[in-house]
Amino acid sequence: MTLSTTATPADLAPRRPASARPRRALGLAVCALAVVVAVVCSLAFGSRVVGWSDVVSGVLHPDDSIAQAAVASRVPRTLLGLLVGAALGLAGSVMQGLTRNPLADPALLGVSSGASLFVVLGMAWVGLTTLTQHIWVAFLGAAVASLLVYAIGSMGREGATPLKLALAGAATSAALLSAVSMVLLTRTDVLDTFRFWQVGSIGRASYSDIGQVVPFLVVGAVLAVGCARGMDAIALGDEVATGLGQRVGLVRAVGGVAAVLLCGASVAIAGPIGFVGLVVPHLARAFTGPSHRWLLPYAAALGAALLLAADVVGRVVARPQEVEVGIVTAVLGAPVFIAIIRRQKVREL
Amino acid sequence: MTAVLSPAGPAGPAAPSAGAVAAGRRARSRRRRTVLGVLVAILLVVVVVTLCVGEKTYSPAQVLQVLLGERVPGATFNVETIRLPRMLTGLLVGLGFGMGGVVFQTMLRNPLASPDIIGVSAGSSAAAVVAITVFGLSGTALSLVAVVCGIGVAAAIYALSWRGGVHGARLVLIGIAVGAMLDSVIAYAMTRAGVYDANEALRWLTGSLNSAFWPGVGPLAIAMAVLLPVLLALSRRLSALQLGDDAASALGVRPDRTRLALVVVAVAVVSVATATTGPIAFVAFLSGPIAHRLVRGTGSLLVPSALVGALLVLVGDLVGQHLLVARFPVGVVTGVLGAPYLLWLLARTNRSGGSL
Repeated sequence: MTLSTTATPADLAPRRPASARPRRALGLAVCALAVVVAVVCSLAFGSRVVGWSDVVSGVLHPDDSIAQAAVASRVPRTLLGLLVGAALGLAGSVMQGLTRNPLADPALLGVSSGASLFVVLGMAWVGLTTLTQHIWVAFLGAAVASLLVYAIGSMGREGATPLKLALAGAATSAALLSAVSMVLLTRTDVLDTFRFWQVGSIGRASYSDIGQVVPFLVVGAVLAVGCARGMDAIALGDEVATGLGQRVGLVRAVGGVAAVLLCGASVAIAGPIGFVGLVVPHLARAFTGPSHRWLLPYAAALGAALLLAADVVGRVVARPQEVEVGIVTAVLGAPVFIAIIRRQKVREL
Repeated sequence: MTAVLSPAGPAGPAAPSAGAVAAGRRARSRRRRTVLGVLVAILLVVVVVTLCVGEKTYSPAQVLQVLLGERVPGATFNVETIRLPRMLTGLLVGLGFGMGGVVFQTMLRNPLASPDIIGVSAGSSAAAVVAITVFGLSGTALSLVAVVCGIGVAAAIYALSWRGGVHGARLVLIGIAVGAMLDSVIAYAMTRAGVYDANEALRWLTGSLNSAFWPGVGPLAIAMAVLLPVLLALSRRLSALQLGDDAASALGVRPDRTRLALVVVAVAVVSVATATTGPIAFVAFLSGPIAHRLVRGTGSLLVPSALVGALLVLVGDLVGQHLLVARFPVGVVTGVLGAPYLLWLLARTNRSGGSL
């Protein structure tokens, strides 16, 4: 339902550079509308079927009825979905922009397996138990892994080609996850907690947890927007960008910090959620063209809408249980990834 | 080890004469024979040690008595019922992973493109985890499901990367995507299982010889006896493919048809091995590069890599069973050995842009 809403701007606003600005503004309004629809759906639909009157009063002033309590419990979840979706959309756009690489995605590039390893080590050795404590180690792990993957993937003459980055990400993930399973095999108690973190879900967070990551997300988003112009120049190639007066190294560093902050914080609070960061920028670029100043707000809005939509799908398909959003995005996102690869010319890989 | 075995290197003049080329070729083929001989000898030693060492250690003479059919109290049960099938399973699976892995790496001209990284093993793994956690399968049924699904997923990856021919880069990337999707299926199955089943599934995912008993050895041996010779028979065409599609066509090898045949047989080998023990981490990935560094030559890597694979599995199992604080499945040992090597290889390949 929500998905079809997000798809309509394609019909409303085809790319037409001559009158781009009003059309882009209109498209952004449509994206905002999609977010609103996704929020409403996320509040209204879930494992428990509730009436609309319960939805309204459940959000505004919940009483003790089960239906309204269910709706009230969907509020932090929806808020988190908005934040994480927007963060992943932004992070994906920044990673793709900085590396000039259409296949960059936080989860595929091993960021989440770095976080996984650190979370497991934290649980097993330091005895971390609460979500709040996981956030910090996951954050650290995400940062370490993304730096490692990018360093490995960009060695050599051609720099970070899509194939090299993707292989570096997959291989680093394999290496990190084999360390994870070594810890888990000796510690069944850790496995019992970890397997629920590992699927990627927005259903477990509380307001205080969300409060913990918001500062990181805000700083990350500001930095990302700050280097939008620089990324536009980098798209033309490093030499041209330097010629245009951009300090390429600085833009890369700031953008890299932004991406690590955004995806590290979202992995930390929601676990690994794949393919949102990959798909959203492609979707957004279809409306905005290559300009990052437009791409970033579109990507944030579409990311939020997509993540909430996927979460609603996961809640509805398996009633009375739930399918975690990380699984829904992987099952929906992998075909998109494959379509993108099939469209590319081999030489560009 | 590599340094000890390697000669000073072909220190030829700028424009080598015909004699120098021939001498170099002779040196390389001599080296190849030596390396193969040494590998086989080490493998034999490891096999004997595997049969001798355990909770109770027997002398090689006692083991030989058991193998010749004499009844030695205690030893007969330990060696014949427990250690022999475990050793045979490890040997066969190692041969399979080693050869299957190097076929992929050679064909795709990338050492990172081994079946466990590009999602070919993920089909077997996902099917097996679902079978363990949801349907509670084990034994032969589990193996069958894993083989069938492994081949099915690999076929899907191959079909999806077909666009007027299969290009290596596209195959790798689509494999990674399919692997990522299947990984989340695995994660989902793990959350829906009881913690005991989840632990069992995790053990399987790491790769372990703990469920290797006589009933499984027969089918595994038959499958390997059929499939490995087919791969060996294809190895000349594989070498032709390495020269590039155009050169291969000029040599009378049809690139797409050969690639399809290689993929089908190699996937079957890897799936059968995976179905028996689980995807023992990094064996398929490590064997080829190690064999390449040992042999150094231009010849086919299939046999050396298979031997290295068998060695990795058997030694890894010995270490996991006897040398560590707790008993670990073999996949943990190979994973811990393999991970740093993988990262090093990754950095090195990217810097030099070399193939294997």
